[in-house]
Amino acid sequence: MAIECLVLGAGQEIGKSCVVVTINGKRIMFDCGMHMGYQDRRRYPDFSLISKSRDFDNALDCIVITHFHLDHVGALPYFTEVCGYRGPVYMTYPTKALAPLMLEDYRKVMIDQRGEEEQFTSAHIAECMKKVIAVDLKQTVQVDKELQIRAYYAGHVLGAAMFYAKVGDTAMVYTGDYNMTPDRHLGAAQIDRLQLDLLITESTYAGTIRDSKYAREREFLKAVHKCVAGGGKVLIPTFALGRAQELSILLDDYWERMNLKVPIYFSAGLTIQANMYYKMLISWTSQKVKETYATHNAFDFKNVRNFDRSLIDAPGPCVLFATPGMISGGFSLEVFKRWAPSEMNLVTLPGYCVAGTIGHKLMSGKPTKIDLDKDTQIDVRCQIHQLSFSPHTDAKGIMDLVKFLSPKHVILVHGEKPKMATLKERIQSELGIQCYHPANKESVSIPSSHSVKAGASNAFIRSCMNPNFKFSKSGLEEKSDSGSQGIKSVPWMQISDERVSEGILVLEKSIKAKIVHQDELLHMLKKQKHEVQFAYCCPVHIEKLEKTETTDLIPTTDVLSVPDKSSLIKPLLEKLSSELSEANIRDFGEHLQLESFHVSICLKDNCPYRITNSLQNKWKAAFFCCSWSAADEKLAWRIISIMESCNSTAN
Amino acid sequence: MGQSWEVGCPCTAHVKDCMTKVQRLRYAEETCYNGTLVIKAISSGLEIGACNWIINSPKRNIAYVSGSIFDSGHAMDFDYHALQGSDMILYSDCSTLLTTEDNEQSTSSDDNNNWEELTKSLSNNDESSEEREKIAFICSCAIDSVKSGGSVLIPIDRIGVLLQLLEQISIFLNSSGLEIPINIISSVAEELLAYTNIIPEWLCKQRQEKLFSGESLFAHVELIKEKKIHVFPAVHSPKLLINWQEPCVVFCPHWSLRLGPAVHLLRRWCGDPNALLVLEDETDADIALLPFKPMSMKVLQCSFLSGIKLQKVQPLLKTLQPKLVLFPEELRNRVRFTNVNTFSVSHYSENETLRLPSLKESSELEIATDLASQLHWSKLKHRNLNITRLKGELLIDQGKHRLLSGNEQASSSQNKPILHWGSPDPENLLAELSKMGINGHVEQRMTDAESDEACILHVQDPNKALIEVRATGTIISAANEDLASRIFEAIVNVLEGI
Repeated sequence: MAIECLVLGAGQEIGKSCVVVTINGKRIMFDCGMHMGYQDRRRYPDFSLISKSRDFDNALDCIVITHFHLDHVGALPYFTEVCGYRGPVYMTYPTKALAPLMLEDYRKVMIDQRGEEEQFTSAHIAECMKKVIAVDLKQTVQVDKELQIRAYYAGHVLGAAMFYAKVGDTAMVYTGDYNMTPDRHLGAAQIDRLQLDLLITESTYAGTIRDSKYAREREFLKAVHKCVAGGGKVLIPTFALGRAQELSILLDDYWERMNLKVPIYFSAGLTIQANMYYKMLISWTSQKVKETYATHNAFDFKNVRNFDRSLIDAPGPCVLFATPGMISGGFSLEVFKRWAPSEMNLVTLPGYCVAGTIGHKLMSGKPTKIDLDKDTQIDVRCQIHQLSFSPHTDAKGIMDLVKFLSPKHVILVHGEKPKMATLKERIQSELGIQCYHPANKESVSIPSSHSVKAGASNAFIRSCMNPNFKFSKSGLEEKSDSGSQGIKSVPWMQISDERVSEGILVLEKSIKAKIVHQDELLHMLKKQKHEVQFAYCCPVHIEKLEKTETTDLIPTTDVLSVPDKSSLIKPLLEKLSSELSEANIRDFGEHLQLESFHVSICLKDNCPYRITNSLQNKWKAAFFCCSWSAADEKLAWRIISIMESCNSTAN
Repeated sequence: MGQSWEVGCPCTAHVKDCMTKVQRLRYAEETCYNGTLVIKAISSGLEIGACNWIINSPKRNIAYVSGSIFDSGHAMDFDYHALQGSDMILYSDCSTLLTTEDNEQSTSSDDNNNWEELTKSLSNNDESSEEREKIAFICSCAIDSVKSGGSVLIPIDRIGVLLQLLEQISIFLNSSGLEIPINIISSVAEELLAYTNIIPEWLCKQRQEKLFSGESLFAHVELIKEKKIHVFPAVHSPKLLINWQEPCVVFCPHWSLRLGPAVHLLRRWCGDPNALLVLEDETDADIALLPFKPMSMKVLQCSFLSGIKLQKVQPLLKTLQPKLVLFPEELRNRVRFTNVNTFSVSHYSENETLRLPSLKESSELEIATDLASQLHWSKLKHRNLNITRLKGELLIDQGKHRLLSGNEQASSSQNKPILHWGSPDPENLLAELSKMGINGHVEQRMTDAESDEACILHVQDPNKALIEVRATGTIISAANEDLASRIFEAIVNVLEGI
């Protein structure tokens, strides 16, 4: 199994976002956008790539729309009503509420201004929206038995969401457009630390690092203020929703503070009705805006009113919001034609304009004349101000998100090819994550992760939870800082609790694999444990052992001609402790223990484990009987060599 | 509409502090406690934000069902489909205890396990039309009162009932051509009314449709703008005193009739035979009205649906298909479970611990692919079993057990078996030893203390060593490490182990 990712739009470009992802056999379409720069069939994604027979209901399990911008939702009515997709469509509540407004506005622009044949009707939009299932943030939606989706806050515009999708063990996130820093009315994108095989992220500003937007907002307000103070008219072409509300909050607030009386208008396409939606959806805005809802809803603008066509040529200053944003037609073009020839007026442009629009022409250089078509030419003498704050994340934000989520693979969409290539390199080199930036109609295949499933017995799970304390002694000599106390020996004990998960995986034919604790295994097999142990009766040169001892201890042992054998345990402990400084030897009086290694004085005259008979009793020898299990073989022989070292240095 | 926590109350700080400890969830948002429990809230339909809970653990999936309403006039409906797939249902809707409703058990529905039938019987909206009729009845009583010059006092604290009454009374007043003010007196009313208009995600389908068509979620938004509804923080608000006019309709706290504006207004109106007091059935009217007696005022007591009707309990449980249902002992006589059910039923009562059978004997564990690929399998001699030692780091997250490869690399020592079973035959062992160039002989003898038979093998070549073989264990004694470990290897070869 793998994840297959087919890019139908926004591959190495901005516009008509549409990615079809197949996860373990489940197929999801993320976004269904249109390209604003084209008027021909290139404006829609090439849906035939999904299914040659155009049987979309069987080819797709669901559609997920991230937000209401046309380059993300614009082709949806066409796909559901004209192409005939009838499956489920998911979007957040605000997107479901606001998307039809955007679509309707666009449809009007298309037929009213360009006289084009309409691609979809009002009825299509209404029918399409009936198929939409609204979701809340973080709500876990079970599309079917295997496919699970979940929305996370993305910032960008009201209701924008990143979508998480999971099938079996394989999971991915499609970000849509997002913003990692909060703005005037929206919060920053927020997502859980998920285990992901794939992250598909936008990369509009793949090569830009932006500073604080407050400076840019001030610049904008200054430009607007200067223009209206001089009696000029300000045209703010925007999308119907989103930027219009953000700038309105900004202007309304500024107007209040500066006590300005110049009217701010919303054009008909943008009706104040849109604000009604914003007011009800205030819980999707930033914390600050949300908190004030009871006393003053931030979308109740005091200075904003509806515009009437007759006001276009009315004298006196004003500010006008008009659609569409990139002056590609519609009311904003109509007003632009009338206002552009005057130096007193100001036109603001959005941060990004699609090639082919007037907005794009104005951005590239400072044209004095714009050819609208063969017969119409517009004199452009007005001021142009480009809004440099954008609700998209910058390169740092993208890197932060990728780092935070640490997916196994990243796919970049919704950006410009050269910048995407640079960002791709950064993601691969700095984060070590495989990254791709496929072009439209290209497909990327990545492996999906699978885990092996097994039943785990209670005893095994319990044994994993058991504390596993390890004590290690350290006799660090620390110099005290004051110096007055000189060198002080600070014995300290390090306690670690590294729990061990160790069990036995049992695989029997036609029975599900099971993990058991090792004690259970024997029970399962009906066998008895057979312990294999080592034993060794080790001779130690007593005098040597004592000599090392008496230097430190009160010389009581000198008095005794024949030392009490059991008292030899203590010197041995001292000796071993000094040689094995990290080990924690436990003293039980009669015997010592270290892990499974066990040592005690052997009082037998004829111990079977007293293998070494080559030793001549030239010196007084004591015998220590040692035993240990296979796990501590290395340690055991190290201890024995320490004990025997007393012998070798004897003579 | 409770008392305000904002002003005056010394416990305000406590309430605020307490709320900071509450984790807020949306419907169907998963949250994980302690790595093992995945907890989800599912709408119950009783009120805005009211919910049932799904608690999934590696061992058991539990659904906790409290008072739920299938078809609500304001809050999101009871989402019972989401409760499907739970092993166990803890049924705790005791709302019917307060009613005298009889459980007319239609035997026909018992034999019928047809899915569609069940769903149909659950989603019939008799209840919601009943509730709408109640609201309409209250409204018509209120209209009668104001027509005869009496005021109406409604101290009901159920938000759903309140919001629907607000809408309906104004429609009734409008259609009767009456210009009677509706007053809401509460310190939290303004915030509450504003709040109810910004929470489409928590409301029923019909209300959500209003969002999508750009209308306010509740009619009170427009009614306030049109000055048909007036909101005052307190009975002594200057604005109220200036604009006061009678007859009027007043919504205010508190249902106990012991605190809040209700006390003052009752004092004023209790002697008016045209005035109307609307109370919930749950309040003991005799006690509540005692201080205001003698009462000439009319009193209307209403009960509103606040849970699952008894006749829907069995169809619901059948639809949910649990393995086990825990049912309140108090309702044992009201709901009799037939034997044809696919689930077993246990009755629980207060302060009594109920031991439940375990439903799954083992937990599911996922082994990371990289770890699984490193496993060294060994096949057992006598049974058709493959076993391998498994070591890793156990991660418990989102109710899932996962075994990941730990930090330490699988060293060669770990491949050495540490658990052995079987018993070595001395002759076989000698043969195995001699293959390794170790020679010795067997000395049989009985141990004195334990009756355990031990067999001693003496090794002479290449060095002196001793092997003591018993039924349950073997002891190797050699003077050097190399020899000891070679002997160990030989023993392991004749035993089975892992």
